[in-house]
Amino acid sequence: VDGVHDLGGLVGFGSVEHEPMEPVFHEPWEGRVFGMMGAVSLAGYTSGPSFRHAIERMDGVHYLASSYYEHWLTGLATLLVERGVISASDLLDRVDDFPLARPIADDPLPPAFAHDPSPSAAFPLGARVRVRNVHPRGHTRCPDYVRDREGVVVRVDPPANVPELEAHAGRVVPETVYCVRFACADLWGDGRDGATVHVDLYERYLEAV
Amino acid sequence: VTGEHHPRPTSEVERRASALEALLVERGIIAAADVDAIVELYANDLGPMNGAKVVARAWTDEAYKQRLLADGTAAIAELGFSGPEGDHMVVVENTPQVHNVVVCTLCSCYPWPVLGLPPNWYKSAPYRSRMVREPRTLLAEMGCELADDVEIRVWDSSAETRYLVLPERPERARALDEAALAELVTRDSMIGVERL
Repeated sequence: VDGVHDLGGLVGFGSVEHEPMEPVFHEPWEGRVFGMMGAVSLAGYTSGPSFRHAIERMDGVHYLASSYYEHWLTGLATLLVERGVISASDLLDRVDDFPLARPIADDPLPPAFAHDPSPSAAFPLGARVRVRNVHPRGHTRCPDYVRDREGVVVRVDPPANVPELEAHAGRVVPETVYCVRFACADLWGDGRDGATVHVDLYERYLEAV
Repeated sequence: VTGEHHPRPTSEVERRASALEALLVERGIIAAADVDAIVELYANDLGPMNGAKVVARAWTDEAYKQRLLADGTAAIAELGFSGPEGDHMVVVENTPQVHNVVVCTLCSCYPWPVLGLPPNWYKSAPYRSRMVREPRTLLAEMGCELADDVEIRVWDSSAETRYLVLPERPERARALDEAALAELVTRDSMIGVERL
């Protein structure tokens, strides 16, 4: 989904508050949220792509105004409510307000990405590829800033589970992933940085040039 | 928290976190002890000291370095480091001509077995938005000034691969042994926002 989590290349967030020796958890509740997510995952109630998608479905203003582990807390509570493990009213019995992310029904499985994989490894090392200009409503690992851009395959990875299918349909379907190199100048229209950016892209995101 | 003598007002998010944990424990979905164990593991046992051992080994053992660059996951597992967010490791090597830096624009992907959990700045909007667009400027702002002729390679970990930067061995470290070298290796140098 073209949400505020897809941050690559956006302007206006200021400088990085770089803290060289920061603690693993800044507050005890952050550790509790991290540990809860781990325990819930080990107990089999969620998967990585579903959890990420739940975070991506957070209200955009809430996402940008809240801390990282508040994203986790909101995503985790949303998934548990959607899966019927707990209810929203269980939460509201205990606290006055517990904002959840929008329902998954609002973010359907993107039709363009709903198919099973074609025979894999279509693009050899060194192939020039273009990222398909598809903007799915749902979960995807294709960052917006590479859509419709051309790059070169620099590594072919073993098949990995297609996150769209795992997040939306609970289906585990492996597909070849390509590490594609883009020139910064091609992405941003000026050559000032003389740099390249590499993005790991599932085969279905790509087309031959 | 046990031993906290000066209770401070709890924030809303803290109350929500406690409410969810209490509910999940009460329903038998999770046990508080499991949460404790996970917190303990990630707060104390996983961290950049693991990655530093990998780097120091690569600096002192050329055959290991070649294995590390060819198959990061297997070479890192030789030193006993593996697990969640480390199943598909790729190690990228800095040279005098090439500087590598890692980001996750969509989320917070990071190689847990070798670096532990990511610092806040790595997960922040400024870092995620800017590193793919103006890496040279942002690196300089973060104290990592690179000559104009050094090529920058940014790695956006958007799928299952997790990246570790192999920094250059500093000149001043020529005489040190592997254990002393590991002490020199910082988290930031293995993300790629620092040169040693």
